Amino acid sequence: MTAVLTKSSAHSIVEASPRAKIVAGGLVILYAVITILPLLWIVATAFKSQSDAIAYPPKVIFEPTLEGYVNLFTVRTRQTPDFIAKLPPPETWYDKLVRQRDMVIAGPSKVVPRFVNSLIIGFGSTFLAVFLGTLAAYAFSRFRIPLADDLLFFILSTRMMPPVAVAIPIYLMYRQLNLTDTRLGMILLYTAVNVSLAVWLLKGFIDEIPREYEEAALVDGYTRLQALRKVVLPQAVTGIAATAIFCLIFSWNEYAFAVLLTSGEAQTMPPFIPFIIGEGGQDWPAVAAATTLFVIPIVLFTVLLRKHLLRGITFGAVRK
Amino acid sequence: MAQIRIENLRKSFDQFTAVEGSNFTIDDGVFFALLGPSGCGKTTTLRMIAGLELPTDGKIMLNGEDVTFRRAAARDIAFVFQLFALYPHMNVAENIGFPLKCQGMAKRQIRECVQETARLLRIEHLLSSKTSKLSGGDRQRVALGRAMVRRPKAFLMDEPLGALDAEFRHLMCGELRDLHDRIGATTVYVTHDQLEAMSMADQIAVMNKGCVEQIGSPQEVYDRPASMFVADFIGSPPMNFLRFESGLRAGDRAVAFHSVSVEVPEIREDRASAPLALGIRPEHIRFADAAPVRGEVFGAEYLGTTQIVTVDTAHGRVAARLPSSASVRIGETVGLEFNSERLALFDVGSGLAIRTANEGSARRG
Repeated sequence: MTAVLTKSSAHSIVEASPRAKIVAGGLVILYAVITILPLLWIVATAFKSQSDAIAYPPKVIFEPTLEGYVNLFTVRTRQTPDFIAKLPPPETWYDKLVRQRDMVIAGPSKVVPRFVNSLIIGFGSTFLAVFLGTLAAYAFSRFRIPLADDLLFFILSTRMMPPVAVAIPIYLMYRQLNLTDTRLGMILLYTAVNVSLAVWLLKGFIDEIPREYEEAALVDGYTRLQALRKVVLPQAVTGIAATAIFCLIFSWNEYAFAVLLTSGEAQTMPPFIPFIIGEGGQDWPAVAAATTLFVIPIVLFTVLLRKHLLRGITFGAVRK
Repeated sequence: MAQIRIENLRKSFDQFTAVEGSNFTIDDGVFFALLGPSGCGKTTTLRMIAGLELPTDGKIMLNGEDVTFRRAAARDIAFVFQLFALYPHMNVAENIGFPLKCQGMAKRQIRECVQETARLLRIEHLLSSKTSKLSGGDRQRVALGRAMVRRPKAFLMDEPLGALDAEFRHLMCGELRDLHDRIGATTVYVTHDQLEAMSMADQIAVMNKGCVEQIGSPQEVYDRPASMFVADFIGSPPMNFLRFESGLRAGDRAVAFHSVSVEVPEIREDRASAPLALGIRPEHIRFADAAPVRGEVFGAEYLGTTQIVTVDTAHGRVAARLPSSASVRIGETVGLEFNSERLALFDVGSGLAIRTANEGSARRG
């Protein structure tokens, strides 16, 4: 935070006074705390016991346990104490933990396949949307396309109503095509929703790259595609990164279509998490554990690309 | 090295015709300038020669070979862009070596060629720098280096000095011409700056509204403009036009300019009475008390060795270039005497020059 502050003060006309800096720093920290607190609470809840999780007033200090994670990853059955006493001694720490609650592990839960689904569908559709978006944006930016403006408007118009508004036609269509509850179906759907955004964002970025660069490459011996790959793409990388993050965030978080179109095989994390039920209702520590795991990839992706993201979002604004 | 031939080259975008029916030949080793105001089709012509734009019609021959629809990369020409187009993600050496890399040359060989080119351009000390850190002139040299490194058949340059400041442009003009003399490659140079074209080119093609108005050496284009457009576009201040109406007869050595007879170079064609214009370069006007064409001095612009004096006559305003020692008072009435051997005559309707003894060898493309 402080690094950002000193950097921005270098651009301002008057050096900020120390007091203004302290106030500004305080505000930023306060805002950070407010936004990060719910996340921290979820991370903490994942380490609470069932009773601590629903205690009122909420417990800030508690005895951490891995029960939430164990419950998330396993399916358990309740047994009588006599039955448990007769079993051979527990082999692992999580066996032991479960038996303390008079239960035995019956098998793994579905969280891992659901998580894998989320990864494949999220990253798959992001890749496709950015790939198609880059090609389309390049074409719109560089070639004389008949009706280019109308086509671009049409592409944008697919984003003008909330995608869920067409959920039922899509459901019927998918049923006809046997695409319901398939990863391919979900990848295609999210790609279709994201590609319009990708085309528009990327067209802006590619428009900013002078076409002389690739023309120079064309004269110097590259084909059009080579010039695109070796000359245009390296310069569009900030825009591509920013676009990829937007696309990933959408498809990663998407809930409505996932509920409607997936139930088993291709179910992603968002519809899975709310239905983690323990004994006596919602298993909040397990839900919190699932949420924590769910947030990690997107945080990692954003952190990895954050340099590009910051430059990408402010691109047109600061360059000229 | 190459001869470039353009035959009936035409390019239109939808309704708009950028280039219409150009014909010219650029001989091997010639420094050829395409000169004209913005939007005259000079850049489009250059881009068609390069293969960056496909012509609607016509032919482009490179050394007698038809390359009209050949890919840019397959023409073995180099292009220098106005904004240099140095790849920002590569350093100077990588930029210069890029065309060789495209051809798949071995790394060691590329390094040698890059070194040699850099030596020629005196930018060896910059090879490992980032292009974004370079000054305008050094960027220009790197762009030239990238064009030169693979010894292309021809250089195509699109206003390569346009982005430099005036002082530096002058220096680079000299360097470019010097470089051309050393390498001897055919060069096509697009510019809207007549001084650049005049000072560097062996031949100039003046373009207007998609047409080549005249092709010739800088002297020809200046002294014997083929049209009123060329006469007006070249020279600063431009040629003066004094309009009148008269018929012409081949062999005449004077025209009836209003009520006055003005001596001109021998006329070579017959013409019915039509609106005409007498073209006079400012330096071919002298003040002479006895001269029949008279006017009132409107203003004087001091330029060091000469001064430009504007005179209001009954037939329009005329600029004269006089020695700065001549004393001129604003408001005084003066007589204008023309250097009759250097006068030009134009048909106002078509804008074309009328053939006279002076205008003999000028061509129109």
